[in-house]
Amino acid sequence: MLYREAGDFKTSYQADSQTFPIAFDRYRYWVVLAFAFLVVPFLINDYWANALLVPFLIYAIAAIGLNILTGYCGQVSLGTGGFMAVGAYACYKLMTSFPDVSIVIHIVLAGGITAAVGAAFGLPSLRIKGFYLAVATLAAQFFLVWLFNKVSWFYNYSASGQINAPERTVLGVAVTGPATEPWAQYMICLVFVTVCAIVARNLTRGALGRQWMSIRDMDIAAEIIGVNPLKAKLTAFAVSSFFIGISGALFFAVYLGAVEVGEAFGIQKSFLVLFMIIIGGLGSIFGAFAGAAFLVVLPVVLKVIGVDLLGWPTDLVAHLQLVIVGALIMFFLIKEPHGLAQLWRLAKEKLRLWPFPY
Amino acid sequence: MKMKTLATMAVSATLAAGVASADLVIPDLSYRTGPYAAGGTPFSDGYQDYFNLLNARDGGIGGESIRIVECETGYNTEKGVECYEATKGEGALIYQPLSTGITYQIIPKATVDQIPIHTMGYGRTSAANGEVFNWVFNYPANYWNAASVMVNYLLDENGGDLSGKKIALVYHNSAYGKEPIRTLEELSAMHGFEFTQLAVDHPGQEQKSQWLQIRRERPDYVLMWGWGVMNQVAVQEAANIGFPMENFIGNWWAGAEHDVTPAGDGANGYKSLNMNRIDASLPVFGEITSLVHEAGNAAGDGSNMGSVLYTRGMYAAMLAAEAIAKAQEIHGVADVTPAMVRDGMEALEITEARMAELGMSQIGPEFSVSCENHGGSGLGIVQQWDASAGAWVALTDYIESDMDVILPLIQEDSAAFAAEAGIEPGCL
Repeated sequence: MLYREAGDFKTSYQADSQTFPIAFDRYRYWVVLAFAFLVVPFLINDYWANALLVPFLIYAIAAIGLNILTGYCGQVSLGTGGFMAVGAYACYKLMTSFPDVSIVIHIVLAGGITAAVGAAFGLPSLRIKGFYLAVATLAAQFFLVWLFNKVSWFYNYSASGQINAPERTVLGVAVTGPATEPWAQYMICLVFVTVCAIVARNLTRGALGRQWMSIRDMDIAAEIIGVNPLKAKLTAFAVSSFFIGISGALFFAVYLGAVEVGEAFGIQKSFLVLFMIIIGGLGSIFGAFAGAAFLVVLPVVLKVIGVDLLGWPTDLVAHLQLVIVGALIMFFLIKEPHGLAQLWRLAKEKLRLWPFPY
Repeated sequence: MKMKTLATMAVSATLAAGVASADLVIPDLSYRTGPYAAGGTPFSDGYQDYFNLLNARDGGIGGESIRIVECETGYNTEKGVECYEATKGEGALIYQPLSTGITYQIIPKATVDQIPIHTMGYGRTSAANGEVFNWVFNYPANYWNAASVMVNYLLDENGGDLSGKKIALVYHNSAYGKEPIRTLEELSAMHGFEFTQLAVDHPGQEQKSQWLQIRRERPDYVLMWGWGVMNQVAVQEAANIGFPMENFIGNWWAGAEHDVTPAGDGANGYKSLNMNRIDASLPVFGEITSLVHEAGNAAGDGSNMGSVLYTRGMYAAMLAAEAIAKAQEIHGVADVTPAMVRDGMEALEITEARMAELGMSQIGPEFSVSCENHGGSGLGIVQQWDASAGAWVALTDYIESDMDVILPLIQEDSAAFAAEAGIEPGCL
């Protein structure tokens, strides 16, 4: 119905293997980008930024990161919260130690530091896999949270153990600190999301991504055809942690402004991001966005419907949220293990063949 | 999909906008779910019931009716931020998040948005310095007062000498639990007691190793900064290792009925601080029963009336209502703005005569607030649990804290914050 593909021919290999081979998808992609960059910043207010869009964008980066590790390379990780904490604390230490350097550089460096930490914690993946690896990454989660609580150097010896983001600017506009305008908060996250998504997409369809996927599908076969598991697994951990570190740095500096590690980066965060990629779709960049949007927007929508519209007690709605999210996770695991991304893929197939889908 | 998401968002935001009216809007960032619900529920019930009482009895405050906007935070900072953003647009007059983590989160935001925050006995202690924290109040007492009151009480018990004694602090491993450490270290140097710290991680259900350590090291006294399920577990563990309960003192967030009842008789003798008195026979409770509960407007299930945290929630609501009344008096308008409420809070004076008039005689100390001092009088009482009677018994009158120790610490910490945030200290 929507897709009119007649005349949409490819004349080069390059055109045939682009990210959006169908012209309609390509136009839609540009429209979404234009809308996100040119329209939303003028409409956004504090509530939209802080309750929906900024957390969605930040979680999308974390989900892309975890999706590279779990969805593409098949290494289960429960250390996402801990790696986000590394990003946040690295960003804080850099921000306070080098106040004159741009925050953008700090955020990227925080990602780099997290990549190094992630690769170190990825070493056990060379010997163990599956559930056992999940337990090893769980150890990373608990160790990192403990570390940031215990060693006061990480929070500059503040009495409360909290870290607070001082005001930093990009091109003269404050992007961290309390005086930040919502559009500035949104724009910095959007720029990072866009760059991360494009980088991730191109990594995953290149040689490196194919190595990861071959490791995921059957590591012994991959080794036989010449994939180096050491290199493939460690790069997956490093690249994944890089994205997660960036999301942790943005989460602390741009979104919350003040965090305490146990509360903001606890084990729940690891599960939340894992649920995002399970619901969104393992092994899909689009799935990372869909899952993040789903789990950020769903609680807010349920709250708006339950509390503001129907006038139900807040505790009832909060409990219902848990029930509904839990039920949805089970539903997806049973009915559609490939998540929202697969639903979208099927819908697209049907739409392309409409009016005669089979 | 992105488009679809945005469409969903558009719908939800339109729904969220709702109707704006001229009422006095009081947001209640409560938590009735999660591991801290046991404490959050009675506090929120008391908070809402008192405002409902004012609506039913007096038609609100100064003739303006009160509209409560409840928002569930689950003691989670992200949800707290969402609640703050969702409610501030409705004209919120004062925030009381009942969470130190959320308080840290919204202090900078509320300062920019110019909405006052009242963190009664929690939050950032150095907010007592009103010249730096113009929009934050923590009267009638703060954590450092609490730490000092505990030590003063122990000094009193030991004939004024604590040297050589061992005191352990069991604390929630968060900004909340870490607050008293600085003061206790200072006091330990001053009075010569040995101070050890034992952190308990969120949510606090696992405390075996901490109490094993206490069993091994045998401290003379254990102090606790706990909240939620952590309190119940700690009291149970203390009873299990046979720690003498009368030497175990919790702060005012670790001394409610639900903290001690699960341990049964084992909890008998456990002590805690309180910043307000517990008296179920206060006339105000009768009024709440007849005008709010019997009219079917009870917040929650109405079962918490008169309990420690219900009383404290009601007390917090009373202080907010008095500040709003004061603001109306100062500015001569009934429909006050958040900035006016801030002025009312800064000029607040609570006297025994006023408390008696409100039907809550002796519920809290007399105190007054000024620009320099947003922290009130800093008094606390020590109460003890009587398991057979199932009631808290006040052991002492209001105990003074050692302001000579606390004031320099407040100055130091607030000066550090002012430097970090680029604030020029001064009164508004």
